[in-house]
Order: sequence, then structure tokens, then C-alpha cells
Amino acid sequence: MALTHPHTSRKGSRHTVALSDGESATRPELVLRYLLLLVVIVISIGPFLWQLATSLKGIGEDLYSMPPSFWPEEFSLAAYSQVTEVIPVWSYIGNSVIVALCNVTLSVVGCAMAGYAMARLQFRGKVIAIGLFAATLLIPQESSMIALTQLVNAMGLGNTLVAVFLPTMMSAISVLLMWNAFLALPKEVDEAAIVDGASVWQRFLRLGLPSVKGTLAVVALLAFMGSWNDFLWPLLILSDPDKYTLTVGLNYLQGTFADNPRVVAAGTIIAVAPLVALFLALQRIFFRGVAEGGVKE
Amino acid sequence: MSTATTLERPQAVETPQRRRKPAPVRTHAPLTPWLLMAPALLAAIVFVLFPFLNTIVLSFTDARPLLGGSFNGLQNYRDLLADPMFWIALRNCLIYVVGAVPPLVILPLLLAMLVRKAVPGIGAIRTAIYTPVIASVVVTGLIWTWLLDSRGLVNSMAGWLGIISSPIPFLTDEYLLLISSMIVTVWQGIAYYMVVYLAVLANVPQSLHEAAMMDGAGPVRRFLTVTLPAMRSTMLLIGIIASLAAFRIFSEIFVLSGGTGGPGGRSSSLVMLIRESGTGLSGRLGYSSAVSIVLFLLTLILMIVNLRMTYRKES
Repeated sequence: MALTHPHTSRKGSRHTVALSDGESATRPELVLRYLLLLVVIVISIGPFLWQLATSLKGIGEDLYSMPPSFWPEEFSLAAYSQVTEVIPVWSYIGNSVIVALCNVTLSVVGCAMAGYAMARLQFRGKVIAIGLFAATLLIPQESSMIALTQLVNAMGLGNTLVAVFLPTMMSAISVLLMWNAFLALPKEVDEAAIVDGASVWQRFLRLGLPSVKGTLAVVALLAFMGSWNDFLWPLLILSDPDKYTLTVGLNYLQGTFADNPRVVAAGTIIAVAPLVALFLALQRIFFRGVAEGGVKE
Repeated sequence: MSTATTLERPQAVETPQRRRKPAPVRTHAPLTPWLLMAPALLAAIVFVLFPFLNTIVLSFTDARPLLGGSFNGLQNYRDLLADPMFWIALRNCLIYVVGAVPPLVILPLLLAMLVRKAVPGIGAIRTAIYTPVIASVVVTGLIWTWLLDSRGLVNSMAGWLGIISSPIPFLTDEYLLLISSMIVTVWQGIAYYMVVYLAVLANVPQSLHEAAMMDGAGPVRRFLTVTLPAMRSTMLLIGIIASLAAFRIFSEIFVLSGGTGGPGGRSSSLVMLIRESGTGLSGRLGYSSAVSIVLFLLTLILMIVNLRMTYRKES
């Protein structure tokens, strides 16, 4: 291990590899690292690739062959066209997109406004408002969902997409994130704007929001992931198969086509591909954001 | 949150200096803050707090959908204590906490140590490892249903290698179904918590490692004496978050069991029991609400224990 030490590594440069973060590693250490990483990668994405391979296997191919074949021998997209025939996959994706967009918009707007008021304005009853948000943190969504179902039905929203996104728009965590972000802005900026006669709304829109873009992105991402992947709540509230979101639709697909793994596999690949593409496009920003101090004291 | 308290405090304390100050400039109309608060606050009250209070009330009634129901005291709670399904669901949630939480605390830390060094290609590797996190539980549940099927990849590989003579009933045995669900939960959670550890690891001063190296500490020793102590509060936090999630487990068991909750529903969780008993036209809203309150109390106890542990550590 002495070779990895910064002072000795230069002397033993033939046996060490310099890394981009200024550290270095010995060759055996690197080989071991890559081997372990390979194992982890196989465990992480192997199941997805097996699902992809299954979805691409032709009708004539034996899915249960011994030993299992990892490569489709006769490539076929038949399962993909079949899945779009048996369930309205595109309308499920459409429903999920509508729900996620509405949820993200309401969440970002609502949480940013509340966070701004809590952080930058003094008013009576503020402590009570903060207390109400904090109280919601203690209640697991699941323990009020039966009563919420009754409420939503009584409001006439039962079996609608509005019922899927409206009750889940408020996240106490997001409100607290926005509160924290607005608190971090220097007071002087506000004071100067007040002297210039800027109203609260002008200060919020022109000074506040542009300074907390990073937190807004985090809140939007949390809302999107939460909404896109939500299963239990839409399962409870949607009874009409035409209104299903993608997760509920996939569960329905499994229920009716459990005997045809190709079709179920094609459905799951259709569901996960857009997210993987989105993530690949954003991963650089995502991991940089994490490294730059998602969690800093 | 701590910044907030320090900012609020000066106004609460009446100091002589404060009284001499002129009245603060009116920066906003009295209603403006409430207009800003309105959307989030209304959503919190209407969709979270009110249904929760209603759940408490319902748990003391024999309400059914479309029927009012009347007050029946503690009957639902007595029914619940006498219901074997409740005890099975509670047991399953506890099994889930004990089985899934330790791997979710330890494995992500080890993985974070592994992907931490900027070896060539690490960006692509981290992205690949993170893939399970972005998929919905329904998707990963279906993928693992196919992998763990009696004729799926795991069983056919094991059978082909001669390790087993008959398929392992991953999805049809009461306990194996729980274990399979935990595998999905852990598999999907590792990379999520890995990112949290990565962020915290970045804040551990490199000088500590170098000092330990000077003293001749090997990698294992440095992990135990430098990394682990610096990670303790993060590990506790992740342990609590994972435990709360384990008590609320639903999707993994639901999807892997095809919605049945295992043979005779004996792999059901508390949330599955809430859904099962509280939906449909014959749903027993009162009983379901009583289970909901038990779930709430369990998570509340967990949070109080966490707060006390954090408090004791700081004092």
C-alpha cells in the first residue's frame, strides 16, 4: 500500500496509474477495483438486459431452454407490437406524462411560493403554518389513504387523473427545501429592492426565484420521480382501465398476460426506456450536483 | 432548520435595543404572505391533515362506503388484535425491517467506497449502477418476477448447474416471497443510498486519511478508524429512512405475488392489509382505519427513538 502514498508514488511510477482526481493507484489495486465494479454492474443492469433479451426473442424460440440463451436467436419485435394491441400502452404513457407534468408544475409553484413566504416575510401565524407543514411529515401517506379515497370520491374526482396528481402535489420536504434555499439568500438584496419600491411578487419572481434555480430543479425532479413511479395511490383511485397510468397499466398487463413473458417484458422495456434515456442525458448534471454539495454542513 | 431558529429568536426576546427601533417598514400587504402560502397550505390541510384526522375518527366507527356508520368505540381495535391476518402483516413488516435495513445501510457504503475513486470510465460505471433507482418498483418487480419464476433464469441456471433438483418456489412460498421482495428492495435501494454516502464521503477531509496513512494504517484500518466514524450519523439516518420505508412496504410484495399477498395472503404487509380491508363496496373503513393508525404509531415511535438517539449523541 506504500506505493499509493503521494510521495512514494512518483518514484514507483511504472507500477502506479495517476487518476484524474490527483490520486493514484497500483495496478493490482486497479484490476481488483475493475473486477468488483464489473460484478456490481452485472448485478445492476443484468436484470434489465435479460428482460430486453426476453422481449426480443422470436415466437418460435424456447424461453425456457437449458442452458438459458442470453442472446435472441431470431430477433423479433413481435412482442412490442403485441403489447400495444393488448393494452393501450401509449395512452398509459400519455396519462403518466399528464399526471407527472401537472404534479411537477403544482409542486414547484406551490412549494416555492410557500417557501418564499416562510423565509422572507414576517407575518402573524407563520409559526402555525410551519407547524402544519411539519405535522404532515409525521403522517405516512399510506395511513390516511383510505380516508383520502373517500374524500376524493366525495369531491366527485373519483377515477380521474386530477385525483391522481392533486392530492400528491404538496410535499412537506419540498416546502422545507425551498424555505431553506430562500433563507440562504442575503437580506440586503431584499432591503435594497424594498427601498426601490418593489412589491413582494416582484421580489419573489425577479430576485428570489432566479437565485434558487438549483433547488427548484431538485424539487421538480423529486416530484417527477415520485409521480412517474407512484403505484399505490393511482391503483386505489383509478378503476377504469382507460385512465390507468403506466405503473397500474403494467400491473394490469402482468395480471392478464402472466403466461406470456415476452409481452410483459416488452411492456416493461417500453416503460423504462424513456426514463433511462432522460437519465443518460442528465446524468452529468446529476452527479455533478451531488458532488458539489447536495449534503453540506 | 437550525438557521431558521436563530433567525427567529431575536424577535421573541424583548431587548431594550429592539424597543428603541422604529416600527419596521411595511414590506407587504397583510394578506400577501397568506396568498403565497395558500396553495401548499390548503393542499396540506385538505389532502393530508384532514384525511388523517378523519382516519382517527373512522377507526372508532363501523363505517362502510356510501353508508355513514356509527360510533362503536374500540371495537375495531379489539377486532384487529383478534385478527390473525393483522399479526401476520405486522410480523411481515418486522421481518422486512430486520432483513432489508442492515444490507441497505452497509452495502451502499461499501459500494460508495468502490466507485469513489476517479478511475477511468467511472462516470459511465456510476450511471450503469444507478439505473435500477430510476425505474419504478412495478417495472423492477416485474423484471424480478420473471427472473425468480419457477421456470425463470435463476431457477433454470441453478437447475442446469445441478445445484437444485426442483425449482425454488421464490414467488409462491410464504417466506421466500418476502425474501424475494427484500432482494428487489435492496437491489433497487443500494445505488440510491450510495449517492447519499458519496456526497458525505466527499466531505471527509483527505488530510485525515493521509495522517492515518503516515501512521501506517492499512485500508481496512483506515476504513474502520477514519471513514466509519465520519459516516456514523449518515448510517443512522439511512437506517431510519430505510426502516420507515420497510414498515410502509407495499409495491414489491404486491407485484411479486401478482397482487395476492402470497399463499392465503400470508405474505401481506400492513399497507396491503389496509388496502385489502378498506377498498371495494364492502370495504370495512373502520377496521382499515384502525390498521392505518397502528401503522402511523409504529412510524411515529421509530421517529421518536431516532430523535432521542440523535439528541443523546449531541448532548
